[in-house]
Amino acid sequence: MIRFFENIRAKIVNGARISDSEALALFASNDLLAIGELAALANRRKNDDRVYFNVNRHINYTNLCVNRCTFCAFSKGVEDEGCYTLALNDILEKAAEASAAGATEIHMVGGLHPELPFDFYLEMLAAIRADNPALHIKAFTAVEIDYFASLTGQSIEQVIHELREAGLGSMPGGGAEIFASGVRQKICPEKISGERWLEVTEIVHRSGLKTNATMLFGHLEEHADRVDHLARLRHLQDATGGFQAFIPLAFQPDNTRVPGARGVGGVDALKTLAISRIYLDNFEHIKAYWVMLGLKIAQVALAFGVNDLDGTVIEEKIGHDAGADSPQALGQKEIIALIRKAGRVPVERDTLYNELRAY
Amino acid sequence: MLKTIQKKIAAGVPLDRQEALWLLADADLLEIGKLADGIRKKKHPEGRVTFVVDRNVNYTNVCTSQCRFCAFYRQAEATDAYLLDYETIHGKIAELVAFGGTQLLMQGGLHPELKIEWFEELFTQIRQRFPQVQIHSLSPAEVIHIARLSEISMAECLRRLQKAGLASVPGGGAEVLVDAVRKEISPNKIGWRDWAAVMEEAHALGMRTTATMMFGSRERPEDIVEHLFRVRGIQERSGGFTAFIPWTFQPTNTELGGETASGVEYLKVLALSRIVLDNVDNVQASWVTQGARMAQVALFFGANDLGGTMLEENVVAAAGCAFSLSQEEVVEIARGAGFIPAKRNTLYEILEEY
Repeated sequence: MIRFFENIRAKIVNGARISDSEALALFASNDLLAIGELAALANRRKNDDRVYFNVNRHINYTNLCVNRCTFCAFSKGVEDEGCYTLALNDILEKAAEASAAGATEIHMVGGLHPELPFDFYLEMLAAIRADNPALHIKAFTAVEIDYFASLTGQSIEQVIHELREAGLGSMPGGGAEIFASGVRQKICPEKISGERWLEVTEIVHRSGLKTNATMLFGHLEEHADRVDHLARLRHLQDATGGFQAFIPLAFQPDNTRVPGARGVGGVDALKTLAISRIYLDNFEHIKAYWVMLGLKIAQVALAFGVNDLDGTVIEEKIGHDAGADSPQALGQKEIIALIRKAGRVPVERDTLYNELRAY
Repeated sequence: MLKTIQKKIAAGVPLDRQEALWLLADADLLEIGKLADGIRKKKHPEGRVTFVVDRNVNYTNVCTSQCRFCAFYRQAEATDAYLLDYETIHGKIAELVAFGGTQLLMQGGLHPELKIEWFEELFTQIRQRFPQVQIHSLSPAEVIHIARLSEISMAECLRRLQKAGLASVPGGGAEVLVDAVRKEISPNKIGWRDWAAVMEEAHALGMRTTATMMFGSRERPEDIVEHLFRVRGIQERSGGFTAFIPWTFQPTNTELGGETASGVEYLKVLALSRIVLDNVDNVQASWVTQGARMAQVALFFGANDLGGTMLEENVVAAAGCAFSLSQEEVVEIARGAGFIPAKRNTLYEILEEY
């Protein structure tokens, strides 16, 4: 086993890639600290001591969704109590609040609304941009983009073109879940396939928009499914270079309907982040999404290959509906203190990873 | 510095304060983790992670000490002040027994009226009715308080409690064993020497005890190091500590307020505890203050024990920290990290592997 870790270390130092079977062996290993060291080494070579965060706000414009993914505690049907769709004025008010609070980014995703026309989204983007020209709008998942295309009968290219014209700046990378079809059938049978997610994302990248990539883990998937997921992302990144950050999302089992799902332990969370860092050599950034991991694990993850703590995330709903017990927002001061206490240099970034200020 | 420390640890030579301080303040998290993990593996090569099925019974929240870090205590005249009667306490223990529990952790405030006879009678009754339960109760501050109130010596107090059924003493109330810190966070509580004296006396009487440390309030890194060296010193003399349990100050609803220690700070202190306390067998992870995810990670930073399943916990919950776990969840924490989960008794004897 020492030899195995030495080989991987040599690959990292030489800028070579680890194989799928090596990634699988890492997942099978319980040597948490050795895996962490390799990931820290891989990260240090890319990002040195810098740890990024941004000041952002989430707006989840609707929880109405024609898909009923079993892992989701957020979506509602039209008949359900608690379903909502924000009026444009409410959305603009939230965006204005974000601007006033010094946010540089709005993160917007929502359900696949059964009735809203595509024009609603275009108007929403345009109105936000008109009010807040400095705010970067990061919005929609590949799932929503595909939905808009089928709503309008337009090509993905055309949909992206219109959204960009209206103000879309980049995309956040959700809806990837797990690409492998067996598990995907069980946790989100109505959602677009993994292949389609990758296809849509490839078109988005080729149109010049950056996106992130996510992976929902800790439900029914095997380690091999995680490695398969990472492999497809690494492959697409080779082709387009359009991914900025990879964000493994720890599944939150509360209020969801995935029979037999286990949730994510602390060790699995750190291992998954670390192995992602080691495997995805063509991704610059690995993000610990503290909303789903909790602040303590997210901070500890900085020693396991992570170089991004996401944002201040005002008013997160999706993870919290599934039982996340993290706070709903984090002050900039707190995030800076967490990074410093981990012995690293906090850097505020914008959505496209331009450095705004080092602390 | 790291090289020197690595060599000393490999040779089994105790670190000095300066080296310990360097680890806490300057070492990389994974470096200190690896040192602690190596020691844990040597002390527990069988790969077990243990836990005890226990219940906290907080017999009263009335406390004359009124520590500034505490959200649990009440003044005697407060509307929500309480003192449990014997029947209520028996009822709680009966639930513990029904649950397969083996350990009763009874702690309370420093009640202004409860003298030793109240405890003697209670322990005698418990021992008669529930002989299978180990009375692992009170704390040095309570022992000294009861002795003073009863106008007997601390040693006499311990002897009488032991005779009535007290089998071991939890190491609570240690907070930070540096009087300058205690003055700030718990000005009316016993000083560190009294804490140590009770522990040494208990050990001399053949009672095992644990030792704790509550950090993340007002102490400096030097104070944490001093605390660990003082515990190590007592252990060298008496050998009576079964385990060391560092946990973090929980600020909600306390006079002290402020923030709690971060995840990285917790793991570093835990790892340093494992490294410095080379003469204490067990180090506990605190899922009560850290949550299940962090407790699992802690198993790679020196911890080999997950403490109690705690059928009932009131003190930390009062400070806004309400993690709760079933026995199945505790077992899963250990197993999910690749260890063999094992139920133990208070003296760390293995009862059952899972």
